Amino acid sequence: MYDTNLVLGGKEFTSRLIVGTGKYASMEVMREAHEAAGAEIITVAVRRVSLPSGESILDYIDTKRYTLLPNTAGCYTADEAIRTCYLAREAGLGDLVKLEVIGDQRTLFPDVMGLLEATRTLAREGFIVMPYTNDDPVMARKLQDAGAACVMPLGAPIGSGLGIRNPYNIKIILESVTVPVIVDAGVGTASDAAIAMELGCDGVLMNTAIAGAQDAVAMARAMKLAVEAGRLASKAGRIGKKLYATASSPLEGLPDWTS
Amino acid sequence: MKISVNGKPMEVEPGLTVEGLLTLLDVKREYTAVAVNREVIRKADYGAVKLSEGDKVEIVRPMGGGAS
Repeated sequence: MYDTNLVLGGKEFTSRLIVGTGKYASMEVMREAHEAAGAEIITVAVRRVSLPSGESILDYIDTKRYTLLPNTAGCYTADEAIRTCYLAREAGLGDLVKLEVIGDQRTLFPDVMGLLEATRTLAREGFIVMPYTNDDPVMARKLQDAGAACVMPLGAPIGSGLGIRNPYNIKIILESVTVPVIVDAGVGTASDAAIAMELGCDGVLMNTAIAGAQDAVAMARAMKLAVEAGRLASKAGRIGKKLYATASSPLEGLPDWTS
Repeated sequence: MKISVNGKPMEVEPGLTVEGLLTLLDVKREYTAVAVNREVIRKADYGAVKLSEGDKVEIVRPMGGGAS
């Protein structure tokens, strides 16, 4: 089936699964999982170097092959997030950024006021902004209006593995914006990713669901297949749901077994 | 003079530049960025920016992470 590419700020991607770099058992497992996921975009945090500076995570990511997506994880204000993006750009990580402005430590839910402000500023400064937001269609539209290249509503809290808790809101978000919608956070297993894609989302971003699985590489492949399956199913147009059965075999031509 | 580098106090020669500090600490330049007192320093300016007493220097690079 012909499919279009995922377009983010003019850059095109064939893979619709974006993966992270945290919590892996080892750097080798991470590298294999990235490969198995078929990902093209990999998100990284920006942190203080340990001194003396030793091994880098980029020793395990082929930067010619993958697009790096620096994130502002751990930022609790628009100002911190904006400065982190500038640092990432100056570090040579590009201008695609996964923008997080966290509002609460326990839930890691976004501070949407700060998020909106940071999105507006960064988009004006030429960044391709991918904001992690809640599953609120009104905020999604405001982020789009502020210049976001896509919107990334959470399926459930970060790292929770609870899946897509409010598929109806995700549906409404899809109808509310024209930019790509990428579910970010909450995916626990392959069916969650498939559901996100079946709803019509343009992609899924996940970290813990793969990195935290007992076999991260196997789960990465499962996620790749799930995202592809969900995308196909979404494009194929599913049948309607009905309460009662509809036979799929003709009723005519049945043999007569009466005695 | 005293400065702070990634949250740790450090005693350095007065007039040390960002470039000098990075060399002193043997920091890999690739995919690294520096901020002094919250302002991001452009790579091209490393040699020109002189550190002052009490400056807070942050040296960062990509690390493993997905989301907060």
